[in-house]
Amino acid sequence: MKTVYERPKSLNDRYFHYCPGCGHGVVHKLIAEVVDELGIQGKTIGVAPVGCSVFAYWYYDFDFSQAAHGRAPAVATGIKRAKPGSVVFSYQGDGDLAAIGTAEIIHAANRGENITVIFINNAIYGMTGGQMAPTTLVGQKASTAPLGRNPQNEGYPIRVCELLSSLTGPTYLERTAVTTPAEITKTKKALKKAFQNQLDGAGFSLVEILSQCPTNWGVKPVDGTKFIKEQMMPVFPLGVYKDISEERKGGK
Amino acid sequence: MAKEFVKGNEAIGKAAILAGLDCYFGYPITPQSEIPEYLSAELPKVGKVFLQAESEVAAINMVYGAAGTGVRVMTSSSSPGVSLKLEGISYMAGAELPCVIVNIQRGGPGLGNIAPEQGDYFQATKGGGHGNYRLIVLAPDSGQEMADFTMHAFNLAEKYRTPVMLLGDGYLGQMKEAVEFKTPERIKTDMSWTIGNQEKNGHQVISSIDIEPEILEQRNLRLLAKYKEIQKTEVMYENFMTDDAELIVVAYGITSRVARSAVEVARQQGLKVGLFRPKTLFPFPKNELKNLTSRVKKVLVCELSTGQMVEDVKLNSACDADVYFYGRCGGVVPSDLELVEQFKKISEGKGVIWE
Repeated sequence: MKTVYERPKSLNDRYFHYCPGCGHGVVHKLIAEVVDELGIQGKTIGVAPVGCSVFAYWYYDFDFSQAAHGRAPAVATGIKRAKPGSVVFSYQGDGDLAAIGTAEIIHAANRGENITVIFINNAIYGMTGGQMAPTTLVGQKASTAPLGRNPQNEGYPIRVCELLSSLTGPTYLERTAVTTPAEITKTKKALKKAFQNQLDGAGFSLVEILSQCPTNWGVKPVDGTKFIKEQMMPVFPLGVYKDISEERKGGK
Repeated sequence: MAKEFVKGNEAIGKAAILAGLDCYFGYPITPQSEIPEYLSAELPKVGKVFLQAESEVAAINMVYGAAGTGVRVMTSSSSPGVSLKLEGISYMAGAELPCVIVNIQRGGPGLGNIAPEQGDYFQATKGGGHGNYRLIVLAPDSGQEMADFTMHAFNLAEKYRTPVMLLGDGYLGQMKEAVEFKTPERIKTDMSWTIGNQEKNGHQVISSIDIEPEILEQRNLRLLAKYKEIQKTEVMYENFMTDDAELIVVAYGITSRVARSAVEVARQQGLKVGLFRPKTLFPFPKNELKNLTSRVKKVLVCELSTGQMVEDVKLNSACDADVYFYGRCGGVVPSDLELVEQFKKISEGKGVIWE
């Protein structure tokens, strides 16, 4: 019988610990597929954040370094500078990257650090139990914003791709989603490009992925994608925010 | 080998390169900025990495990242900056990563000032950050020891897979002295745990998280065993004119230089005073101090603080020894004659016992 699909080599044979309807598992699988397709399993190093994906390294058959909350881009910088031949990516949530780690992501991007950043935006703190994130929508309820996010008190959701696109340093910034097979395919394409850029020495690439967190949104798993389409996408439009990959090839 | 006339901070930089420093990550702060300035010029010349980070927090996390790959890595700062690094230092101790951290202490608390102080003794020797960990803490007293201890620090860090702190102060950092740069001996250690070397080591993970309490307890007990081994093996100290002493002064770093002069002056005046100088603050020379104070019953601790190391001295002196304290802080450094006055007071029975 012809094999039409199998578990990526880079992905361990292990059940994900994520909730039903969560987007992490989909993105984890896409990363493993990309690593396999680019043939870089032997030199890939992931940097795991603090958050639901703190144990991301359970699922991958390549090197990993755990990082303190928000510090993944600095840890990735240290690894990449020490081992320039490695392929280094950080995997971060919105609290990690856009709140406590704001300085680290902006400066890694501004240095044009030759790393790949995968940014999971689900508009909520997952692991700690549904607290308000920097990306929580106006009016969206959270366990620390029980009446909904009020801009007068808590400000507005941060748009990371738009923010970073004002810098000269980054090479490639794209926002995608994992809501439908078509969007998942686009996400995989973006991830592949973000890794390929690193192999080409093209510099800093970040893929922001709108991802479901039905548990902490208080919706059924099947309604997670609806929340992204109806609530998140108007605030976080999908698309390419910066792409100068071609001109940066070879470390230019 | 000929001696060179260099600032203490530069001595650290040069010694680190000789010791095989691969990567330096840091952030400017007075009075240690000569370290990153020196390394920013010299490291690229030997094909090594220098990077000025956006913050102390980022710098120590870059150190964490690089250390996981097994390279020789260092950061340096001064008191307020070291406070910012404590999160990363705790993670490195937990994940058992080797690195060298330099603290050229200045006045505190808060923004304090840029003058020398020894107010970070507790922070350096008792852990500082969260959790059950210790750093190996080396306390140089001169430009020469700034260089020698830097080289030693890299070996200790790798031997025990732990962060090592070089605890200096603004005087030692800024003072120019003649230094002989030795050829360091580089120890060989097991590096099979490192990431970024998958061909040799297979798949490795650098982490300090153990979600199961029993497993985290095991990690803590492993660290404890390591610290006990360090306490047994790595103590360094110096006795100066203690053989016939009736009073000993205990001091480290720059204060020990003043104390040494004070001992010489006191001896000329017929006072039998000696100096006991810890070169390692963790491990503290517990047994050596206990032995000494079983014979000498008067102990004066001098620090540029309101009293920190004095707690360890009290804890590790013979029970019937009287422990006195004299400290200046805020950047004020006592003169040798000031200390001789203290010696006299104690000899005349007018000293106030530290409590």
